[in-house]
Amino acid sequence: MTQALSGLVGVGFKPAHLTSILSGPPGAAGLGFFEVHAENYMVAGGPFLAYLDALRRDHALSIHGVGLSIGGEEALDQAHLQRLQTLLNRFEPRWFSEHLAWSSHGGEYFNDLLPLPYDLRTLDRVCNHIDELQHRLRRQVLLENPSSYLAFASSTYSEAEFLAAVVRRTGCGLLLDVNNAFVSAVNHGGDALAFINALPAQAVGEIHLAGHARDRDAAGAPLLIDDHGSPVDAAVWALYRQAIARLGAVPTLIERDNDVPAFDVLRAEALAAGARMADVLKPQACAA
Amino acid sequence: MTALVDFAQALHAVPPAVPLGLRAWNGSAVQTRFNVHRNNRAVSLAAALADGFPVVAQLVGGDFFAALAQAFIQAHPPRSPVLVDWGDVFADFVHGFMAQLPAGSQLPYLADVARLERARVQAYHAADAAPLPAARLADALAQAQDLPRLRFTLQPGLAVLDSPFPVVTLWQAHQTDNEVHLPDWTALPGEAALVLRQGDGLAAEVLVLPVPAACAHFVAGLQAGLPLAEAASADPALDLSAALGLLIQHQAFVECFL
Repeated sequence: MTQALSGLVGVGFKPAHLTSILSGPPGAAGLGFFEVHAENYMVAGGPFLAYLDALRRDHALSIHGVGLSIGGEEALDQAHLQRLQTLLNRFEPRWFSEHLAWSSHGGEYFNDLLPLPYDLRTLDRVCNHIDELQHRLRRQVLLENPSSYLAFASSTYSEAEFLAAVVRRTGCGLLLDVNNAFVSAVNHGGDALAFINALPAQAVGEIHLAGHARDRDAAGAPLLIDDHGSPVDAAVWALYRQAIARLGAVPTLIERDNDVPAFDVLRAEALAAGARMADVLKPQACAA
Repeated sequence: MTALVDFAQALHAVPPAVPLGLRAWNGSAVQTRFNVHRNNRAVSLAAALADGFPVVAQLVGGDFFAALAQAFIQAHPPRSPVLVDWGDVFADFVHGFMAQLPAGSQLPYLADVARLERARVQAYHAADAAPLPAARLADALAQAQDLPRLRFTLQPGLAVLDSPFPVVTLWQAHQTDNEVHLPDWTALPGEAALVLRQGDGLAAEVLVLPVPAACAHFVAGLQAGLPLAEAASADPALDLSAALGLLIQHQAFVECFL
């Protein structure tokens, strides 16, 4: 079982790690998939596309969009949809995911995942955009829960209610970022486990794990920053075990975008996720 | 105004502004929290710029580059989430930005170093194109009477640089893991270069080939679609066979036609 589960874990791919991955051993032994940010591979040609060809020879690929601005007030960027379609047609990833957030407005791209009011107007807009996206890409999209720092006074849904409604209306899946769930819970005085338990379990197709940084808000309360710059926090590992206990075996990715260590370090962190998943899911010994 | 429009405007408001309609669970001032987003945007975009222009960043140092990056982000924010496409106008912006500084600190070569770095990024990600088969090229070059009218398509990512400053030498000095020894640029002549990608797939790499200025002018002419004779006659200093030899050696030709 441990062997089978180890293939369910992956890491975010960094070009600097390619030699370690391909030259093994251990190479990428035990890893089932790699994930890349879609926007970094929207190039005409050259080595980046060759990296993806090389990775998918032996591994599943997950393409993770960070720039579609699904929550944005404007129509989806048709040129960007076309680029996504081209990339997905070429590399046929096992999963494609995007964020419950917005990142563009008025022709400007902010390069950050910005928060949304959780109200009916936003729900209608997000659902329309996901319908359009799934129709265009002819596949199910996984929608990721965001890390957030602020709430809108106009919100009428909790984040979990909002996500569940999007899943119900569009048939999309969810990418559960356990670190984001933890960061947002701390930042809003909420309960991360209650959030996870309120999501439609069967919709969760992938899990993200990452590190965060600690800061303080103006009142001195903890403010966690989702910076993907450190190993997964102990509290997030504990929450991950609880998530797996509820959701079962879900493909799990270690994300690291800042202060990126050697590939072996990330691989070990992914294998540690696989070991926890196996441990949580191991058959319970029957009482004699 | 909608909540998102107000939020978007507050992201670049100077002095910092707080969008309406936001709250924190504990009633704390939302400015601190909103600043996470202002900071994410500024820092991540500056980092993307530094990734694309590492030698410019080294030449001016961290604090100066941070100021340069913020000024650029303000004047030319990215229009698309494909950040590798952002930066085409950075070299021109650097030129204008530096020209406002006192005479002694203008680093007049800086904009051309930015041009060289941008050319390298573009060559790296340019479309793949099969080189013209050697036999077809040899055949075309053997047709003496048609030769002057022959036109070429060059590799999509190939770029030509011709600078009054020693840009290749300055750039090359930074391609080391050791301490950089900056040459005295005032004592060196201007330099020209071809920037192109060579090799296939994972092994592809971008080369910066120093060439005589006449060769750069010739290649620029071919790229503009001029027939061979016309491109070759633009600069009397051209060593035509050396220039053609270099282009053939680096598989720069993709197509030739009359």
